Amino acid sequence: MIKKWSFLSLVFALLSVLAGCEPLMVLDPKGPQAETTANVIWISIATMAIVVFAVFGLMAYVVFKYRASKQSEDYEPPHIEGNPIVETIIVAIPVIIIIFLSIVTVKSTYEVEATPKGYEDQKPLVVYASSSDWKWHFSYPEEDIETVNYLYIPTDRALEFRLYSYGPITSFWIPQLGGQKYAMSDMITTLHLAAEVPGEYMGRNANFSGKGFAENIFHVEAMPPEEFDKWVEDVKANAEPLTEEKFEELLEPGHLGQLTFSGTHLGFLPPPEGHHHGSNEHDSEHDSEHAHKDEDTNHSGH
Amino acid sequence: MDYFDRFAIPHPSPAIYASMVAIGLTMIAIVIGLTYFKKWGYLWDEWLTTVDHKRIGIMYLISALLMLFRGGVDALMMRAQTAVPDNTLLDAQHYNEVFTTHGVVMIIFMAMPFIYALMNFVVPLQIGARDVAFPRLNALSFWLFFMGAMLFNISFVIGGSPDAGWTSYFPLAGNDFSQSVGTNYYMLSIQIAGIGTLISGINFIVTIFKMRAPNMKLMKMPMFTWTALITNAIVVFAFPVLTIALLLGTMDRLFGTHIFSMTNGGMDMLWANLFWVWGHPEVYILILPAFGIYSEVISTFSRRNLYGYTSMVASIVIISFFSFLVWMHHFFTMGQGPLSNSIFSITTMAIAIPTGIKIFNWLLTMRKGKIRFTVPMLYSVGFIPIFTIGGVTGVMLGMASADYQYHNTMFLVAHFHYTIIPGVVFAMLAGLTYWWPKMFGFMLNERIGKWAFWFVAIGFNVTFFPMFFTGLDGQARRMYTYSEATGFGPLNMLSFVGAIGLAIGFALIVYNVYYSVRHSSRDIGSDPWDARTLEWATQTPVQSYNFARTPQVDSIEALWDLKRKGKPIFKGDIEKIHMPNNSGMPFIMSCIFFVWGFSLVFSMWIPAIITTIAIFACMAYRSFEKDDGHYISVEDIKATEKDWEVLADENR
Ligand code: HEM
Ligand SMILES: [Cu+2]
Ligand SMILES: [Cu+2]
Repeated sequence: MIKKWSFLSLVFALLSVLAGCEPLMVLDPKGPQAETTANVIWISIATMAIVVFAVFGLMAYVVFKYRASKQSEDYEPPHIEGNPIVETIIVAIPVIIIIFLSIVTVKSTYEVEATPKGYEDQKPLVVYASSSDWKWHFSYPEEDIETVNYLYIPTDRALEFRLYSYGPITSFWIPQLGGQKYAMSDMITTLHLAAEVPGEYMGRNANFSGKGFAENIFHVEAMPPEEFDKWVEDVKANAEPLTEEKFEELLEPGHLGQLTFSGTHLGFLPPPEGHHHGSNEHDSEHDSEHAHKDEDTNHSGH
Repeated sequence: MDYFDRFAIPHPSPAIYASMVAIGLTMIAIVIGLTYFKKWGYLWDEWLTTVDHKRIGIMYLISALLMLFRGGVDALMMRAQTAVPDNTLLDAQHYNEVFTTHGVVMIIFMAMPFIYALMNFVVPLQIGARDVAFPRLNALSFWLFFMGAMLFNISFVIGGSPDAGWTSYFPLAGNDFSQSVGTNYYMLSIQIAGIGTLISGINFIVTIFKMRAPNMKLMKMPMFTWTALITNAIVVFAFPVLTIALLLGTMDRLFGTHIFSMTNGGMDMLWANLFWVWGHPEVYILILPAFGIYSEVISTFSRRNLYGYTSMVASIVIISFFSFLVWMHHFFTMGQGPLSNSIFSITTMAIAIPTGIKIFNWLLTMRKGKIRFTVPMLYSVGFIPIFTIGGVTGVMLGMASADYQYHNTMFLVAHFHYTIIPGVVFAMLAGLTYWWPKMFGFMLNERIGKWAFWFVAIGFNVTFFPMFFTGLDGQARRMYTYSEATGFGPLNMLSFVGAIGLAIGFALIVYNVYYSVRHSSRDIGSDPWDARTLEWATQTPVQSYNFARTPQVDSIEALWDLKRKGKPIFKGDIEKIHMPNNSGMPFIMSCIFFVWGFSLVFSMWIPAIITTIAIFACMAYRSFEKDDGHYISVEDIKATEKDWEVLADENR
């Protein structure tokens, strides 16, 4: 087992060195959630390597041993229907492997969907991340500031992202901090992350959303909490306020650089919170909310 | 002017103008050629109106090969575009159109007709039948597929291609964000082809249940027929979901309903659900016949009966059942919560168990065999390791927490090509080479075939293996370009090199057909591979009535038993044979469907209404039509069977 592990890590290390002298992003976690997924990936690679080696080995053996060119003219292969022992083995081994992987999956899925381990008793930093063609808007409601296309976060603090979209379905993804989640127009999805190493990370929309999709990226910077607080103060003091007209302008399709505002758009354009489509709780309150949204996100302009 | 503006291409480029000219010239050339050689009559009598399952199979085959090249050129363009960072060969809009058409063409208009090509040709022969249960419906299925494919392909030059991905997720595919008629084409062409597929599904289920040779119990059916049966069962359950999804999508696009829209209570997630409730079973519709082909090929060229026949049958039945229980793994990241993600993870991974059993059964079939490495066998043996990698990465994707990291990345693209290319394309090439002599009366050249195999197999791995790494390194799928700083460059270049290798492999296959038409021996007997199942107990080329006398079988490998143990399968006297008449109706009706689809794409209501009425008129006409088919007389049969009967008699 140890041998296989080290062999595999060697192969991967080698290949990733070839691939650009840096570890593959997903396998280079900088926070607890990404670490969980990276571990799950390594476990699955190791387990699956066993399967692959078994099949490849068996196949090589059979193909070399029983090729016609090596056998006598008059060899007539036997008629064999099956064998209960062999068949039990080829069923039992996959079943055991799948049970093992199922346990790993369920455990880790609950883990990455919850507040990161070790941060449970802390109040998370809430950030509303909404996408529009082809930008990301980050609203920090408590700090009362908003940024476009870049995200500053404090390290060692639970982060709670609330995702939604002003257009097609997008997917919020910072590979080194954790897995992605969809942002949709009529509901909010929540993603729990945390960063433990200060640094700059790549974030992007991973779900195809039209023409500007390839450039639909954002810049993430994790910094010590004091620095983060200083930045917030700075923004509050110096950035221009976000007005409704300004925000409407930002929603127009196109690309923008990084922008900073004091105040958020959450006040005048509330996020689609409180209901989940697919459930039947579409009461009148929600309908009025929809109607409100219709006026504001009028897409007839493009 | 306004009116004609709609037919213009919204994003023209030299490539599109060039293909317009090429398409125009080809059409003119075909018309002139047919007229000059006076072949219109032949084309009409022998092909366009045929109801013979073998000819329909061959027409499916030719269309599928054409579409393989269409989709392949798209694939090459994509790989060329992403070979270097910041490339400007294609712009974003074109790249989006190209990968969307690539996906749709490959799945709907290449893989589907390919499996129906082989099913049409082989299944009736394998079960000892004269034709399928409803020959005329079968012709309708083919022509509906064909017209759907044509409708989809003209989108490239009239009005604009779809660009929302082959999954066509709303609201991106809705009117707000996809304003060209591209997505209308998507909805309507797939709808038309899909109706054809659904009809085929019913047709083959009835054929297999009702038309098997006497004594052929279900558990005595050859493996390919078994997979055909289960596949068509999946078709019958899955395709109605697609029909409805497309119908609702079309209504959103054409009539401004708000079923999948962002506003007025529309539910974009409903589209994703409906799409994948069809889409996941669809991948098993593609893979199961491939499993059947491999079973036939591996057993024939190992000179061994298939190991674990019962467990093979059981596993395909289980797979078909599970294929309906896993669709949500396509959107683990949509925020359904850990409980339902866990459930769908487990059902997803569970499919690996019956699939694994099949792999081991094939290996055990080769064990103690006498393996001949013919071209079909090379594809089958090559399939095993490649598909295993596809399978294990599928299990990795099935683990929800990890999928949050793989989803929508090149890792996924690598995975599904690792299953779909060995699973579908290799199988089709294996099946094509294997049944080719029965279809056309000569063999394909083995030497060229082997060269092609190695180009395809190695080219494939070089193309797709790097994607596992770029995916884990954060390269999302469907990105038309990336910056130098990402470091994706070298591996993408490698992948482009591999794609060229693949292209050479496919070119060699075409060359092989050309070469073999000219040089292969026509004197190959009726059973050149020393095969085991009934389709090889016919004359080559197969007579229109398949079998002069209905075979009597009581084992899975009736022909093998005839050859080894001298068990006769053709008993009794020759009697006159009843056969269906040719009919122009399926072709005409499908042409009307084409016009109907085209009219709806452009919201031209008057022709749409006229063609709708015409379609129902055709159906009404058909239901009052008197057509009892015709008989082939005993003398005629005896005359055509003369040479071959001698052979058959010797075997008795
Ligand atoms: C022959 C060589 C092939 C190459 C080089 C190739 C290449 C590619 C590439 C690069 C993509 C990703 C596009 C992107 O995300 O930007 C893609 C997508 C896809 N391919 Fe292929 N492909 C090949 C064959 C096939 C075959 C045989 C099939 C199916 C039978 C297939 C089905 C698909 C599908 C369904 C997609 C997804 C399209 C989408 O994202 O909407 N491909 N292919
Ligand atoms: Cu939603
Ligand atoms: Cu699936």
